[in-house]
Amino acid sequence: MTAKPTFRLQGTDLSCIRDDRILFEGLSFELVSGQVLLLEGKNGSGKTSLLRILCGFREPDAGQVLWCGEAIDDSQYYADMAYVGHLDGVKKELTVLENLKVSLALGQSGQYSIQQALSKVHLTDYDEVLVQALSAGQKRRLSLARLLITKNSVWILDEPFTSLDKQGIALIEILMSEHCASGGMIVLTSHHDIELHDVAVQRINLS
Amino acid sequence: MSLSHAFFAIIRRDLVLALRRRSEIANPLLFFILVITLFPLGIGAQPHLLQAIAPGIIWVSALLAAMLSLDSLFRSDFDDGSLEQILLSSHPASILVLGKIIAHWLVTGLPLLIVAPLLAIFLGMPTHSLGILLLTLLLGTPVLSLIGAIGVALTVGLRRGGMILSLLVLPLYVPVLIFASNAVEIAGTGLPVDAQINILISILFMSLVLAPWPTAAALKMSIN
Repeated sequence: MTAKPTFRLQGTDLSCIRDDRILFEGLSFELVSGQVLLLEGKNGSGKTSLLRILCGFREPDAGQVLWCGEAIDDSQYYADMAYVGHLDGVKKELTVLENLKVSLALGQSGQYSIQQALSKVHLTDYDEVLVQALSAGQKRRLSLARLLITKNSVWILDEPFTSLDKQGIALIEILMSEHCASGGMIVLTSHHDIELHDVAVQRINLS
Repeated sequence: MSLSHAFFAIIRRDLVLALRRRSEIANPLLFFILVITLFPLGIGAQPHLLQAIAPGIIWVSALLAAMLSLDSLFRSDFDDGSLEQILLSSHPASILVLGKIIAHWLVTGLPLLIVAPLLAIFLGMPTHSLGILLLTLLLGTPVLSLIGAIGVALTVGLRRGGMILSLLVLPLYVPVLIFASNAVEIAGTGLPVDAQINILISILFMSLVLAPWPTAAALKMSIN
């Protein structure tokens, strides 16, 4: 492998309190390029809250999230991360192509062009279709295509396999392996057990 | 992509969206026209009274129409997760939010400007004050969108934010209402209105510079 820039995402002593209930405390992890962090735990155990802390949407009640040693708000973190949450983040009145163009405008162009990304997620020829005409699984694949067209090294995925069929899941696993092989890192929650080849998977169980 | 590219992409996106769900444009405009046309019916055959209160009627209706349209500013983006994506962009959120506000004004404020002269004539307003009416609307309605955006951003996460939104935003609309309707009224008598127009210009520039920051900050709080 050639030398690639390595990034480091750290959480130190994180805790999250919601409605007077401690979801987790004293949670620390360190993730470097090429690794996957899988968050496990039952419903309501704080997986999504942790992801939202890593996105900067929520402040942790204690602790800090660091990107290459700097607090995320002071660093280049947001130029390097991409998030796909519960909500697809696509407009249903726009076409597939229009949606991706907006995503591209909001970020920096990445590894793949829009057409290449669409063929990667098996949505070629759907570019002029309104998103409201897509199935739930197709919408999910579209929101994952957003990860491919923009430049980013951290993917933060909240239940990326929801509403995907078997082929869809296999496809996303391949994309995830490729992303890690090219020096990216992924934080995700999933009910499925993921199968990734040659990728170091760290697990955190929140319960 | 550069910031200006992102800024115009947001404006273009919101304009296309507005075009595809036309009720968003039609609702505030229809409301504006309906309220103004109902006044002569309610007041009866008193053309002088109507003429005297015409500036007030038009401005109050414009203000309520703007209020009515505010909720659509961030609602759908909040519901479908697009707002998260906009705020996660590495570009400054305040500039992107300003793009959204401008698109919102083009869709809901600008149409009011186009029908206002017609409605003013309908209320018997003297024709020489039409120019000033248009000028006050041109300067005032963007302020309504800009100030309203702060209120919407604060309340978009609440399920029934409508009432709080009016309470938050209406007091801040009052200066615009006072200076704008006063300018139109004075213009009808033929006196100069430079002072009112200058004040409106300064309010516009101040809100243009100062409103996007709290809006972006409030949106970040709302998606928490």
